[in-house]
Amino acid sequence: MESGAAGVACFPDSLDDLATIVRLCVAHDRPFVARGSGTGLCGGATPLHDAVVIVLTRMNRVLEIDPVERVAWVQPGVLNLDLSLAVAHLGLHYAPDPSSQQACSIGGNVGTNAGGPHCLAEGVTSGHVLALDVVTPDGEIVRLGGLEPDRPGLDLRGVFVGSEGTMGIAGAIAVRLLPDPPAVRTLLLDFLEVDAATATVSGIIAAGIVPAAIEMMDALITQAVEDFVGAGYPRDAAAVLLVELDGLPAGVEEQAAAVARVAERCGARSVRVAADDTERALLWKGRKTAFGAIARFAPDYYLHDAVVPRTRLGEVLRAIYRIGDEQALTIVNVFHAGDGNLHPIIAFDARDEGVWTRVHAAGDAILRICVEAGGTLSGEHGIGLEKRDAMPLIFTPDDLDFQARLRDAFDPSGRANPEKVLPRGSRCGEVQRVPAGAWV
Amino acid sequence: MIPALRSGPLEDVIDTVRATVAAAPSVVPVGARTHWDVGGEPTGAVEVRAPAGIVEYEPAELTITVGAGTTIAQLDEVLAASGQQCPLDPRDPAATVGGVLAVGLSGPRRLRYRPLRDRLLEVHLVTGDARRVKGGGRVVKNVSGYDVCRLTVGSLGTLGVIVQVTLRCEPRPAASSWFACPYPGDVALARAYRPSTVLTDGRTSTVLVEGAGADLDEEQRRLGGVPTGDPLPLPTGPHRGRIAVRPRALAACGADLDALELRWCAEAGIGTVHVATDDEDRLAEARAVAATHGGWMLREAGAPGLDPFGTPLPVDALQARIKAALDPGGVCNPGRLPYPRPAEVPA
Repeated sequence: MESGAAGVACFPDSLDDLATIVRLCVAHDRPFVARGSGTGLCGGATPLHDAVVIVLTRMNRVLEIDPVERVAWVQPGVLNLDLSLAVAHLGLHYAPDPSSQQACSIGGNVGTNAGGPHCLAEGVTSGHVLALDVVTPDGEIVRLGGLEPDRPGLDLRGVFVGSEGTMGIAGAIAVRLLPDPPAVRTLLLDFLEVDAATATVSGIIAAGIVPAAIEMMDALITQAVEDFVGAGYPRDAAAVLLVELDGLPAGVEEQAAAVARVAERCGARSVRVAADDTERALLWKGRKTAFGAIARFAPDYYLHDAVVPRTRLGEVLRAIYRIGDEQALTIVNVFHAGDGNLHPIIAFDARDEGVWTRVHAAGDAILRICVEAGGTLSGEHGIGLEKRDAMPLIFTPDDLDFQARLRDAFDPSGRANPEKVLPRGSRCGEVQRVPAGAWV
Repeated sequence: MIPALRSGPLEDVIDTVRATVAAAPSVVPVGARTHWDVGGEPTGAVEVRAPAGIVEYEPAELTITVGAGTTIAQLDEVLAASGQQCPLDPRDPAATVGGVLAVGLSGPRRLRYRPLRDRLLEVHLVTGDARRVKGGGRVVKNVSGYDVCRLTVGSLGTLGVIVQVTLRCEPRPAASSWFACPYPGDVALARAYRPSTVLTDGRTSTVLVEGAGADLDEEQRRLGGVPTGDPLPLPTGPHRGRIAVRPRALAACGADLDALELRWCAEAGIGTVHVATDDEDRLAEARAVAATHGGWMLREAGAPGLDPFGTPLPVDALQARIKAALDPGGVCNPGRLPYPRPAEVPA
């Protein structure tokens, strides 16, 4: 794997500290990289060229909670789950819930425009960030967006979210909080065929239902999760779907019944409805700890993130299994099926001679399959270093040039997290480097 | 019924747009002119129009790809046939999809369906140098690269001509009803669970609830309202403005507008106040009220003598740098957004 090397590491306590550090970087002409909890999966926070690493873990205060406007101002180092816990007594929550939510920070979520299971109905981070106080790459503090609905001109807030630290660093973030739903139903659907599970996903959406979440786990990962948490997941299933519906009670009941009908029509073996919050929490614990459960059958894994149109899930999954067979690698899938957001996990033992070559070849092949199916490179993890050189798979040189100019407008000096997101040669006239093989 | 155009003719229109942009010193994108008064006076030399028609629609994906010249009415007709909707909700359904996105004004159901900027999944622009540039992608979840889609929404065509878009759709609700409530909007918001719209005049409110039939009855009970086919109307008149303040400032802002006897209706929970007058000068008074409450007012219609925004663009040096970087020739819809002149922008 590619690795970086930090120059100096800084730990700001405040927005002003943060701005001072960036201004020092400007004065000494040093690149800098923001770092949150370090849970990122695309190498976005990997420091290159001895970059100054600005670690935001000490900026971990919830600054203000406004239960009337349902807004919270937080520092970037606040952990995702801590925010929801801090507002739980008000009957509110923060919707984006990455599987790493116990460890990942809101600032990091903003950087990657992170998702999570409940982003199916509610959208990813960008839809939940109202305003940011940002330190620009030249060390100025500016407010992007606002708590009033629409500011005139370009949506700078929208561009900044997901810019992976290349357009500045957020020092304070205003997020939208949602009221807790009055009713929640969680269903576990059990299938003997993967295709029946993917058909159910499309069938639910086609029936006019957008659940709060539709998560899928295939056979191996379901077994590992069950060994780990003992939630009653069927050990012999080819795939399971975890479907959650929330909202007003009658609608939730109607939709739960409709989801069960779709599942049965598509060949589900059983439909189990969580009886209470304890059972519901246990089912979710299984899903959210799935990555840890991989350790039960392989010491290492490489987690991918790609999106395909949800109607193409079945064929893409079959292709992924085929790629695993070709490379003699175990690939398991636990993912956000409702929005077509795949997370193929290549499980392996890094001590095996030459295994990385096969892991990278498999990863590359998976991305290509997803793009050919009309999909995209990343649904929620970001591009970073990992997928930077794959960007030409989905964007033309003109598309990339447009994005490069947009980035340069924010950071003319190129000091903010250099060499991330866009491949070299994105700018028209820039010398095209021939990539030494696909990075992924 | 809108013809489902094959890609051929639609592509031909986009090629025509590119050829026009290549030949003209500057262009002004034209949709249905339903929001023509939003923004500064357009000074582009040549008009360009995006194609109309459905490029791709797969209901099970809940997405639709259309030429940006497709009207909202046409879009709605196609989606309704599959029990779906795309709640762009402009006042006038003759508006084009591209026009609504370029102007960037969210409809009143924003409270439930989120702002307009969250609808756009993929955009195709013809840029000032006549290139065709794509941002985003046709899937519902995508963080690959910079967010060109959100950059485009509200850009008033100043970064490129929007020619084709992919939109996120929604199922049509099983039932919906307006409820008239004898109290202001903030009270309604506290009682109802995520209503679609809460319109308020400061004394009463009307609440739009969408969902299952039985839930509507329960929400009516919680609201203590009565069903109405006659929700509070958005004010009409030759001169209209849209105030944006923090939601908690709505009550005080409304009281000030009442004191001036201006016609208004607010979207509770959002912070938008729609204002209308018969007298152009009175709209300036509404703008002053907005400023008093920490907000601003967009000129939405009429009032030719009134500054279109009444406020500089926030972080305007950065906005100007983006404009200069993406449309260095100043070809795309000059005049519409008050970017500072390049000479005023720091290097």
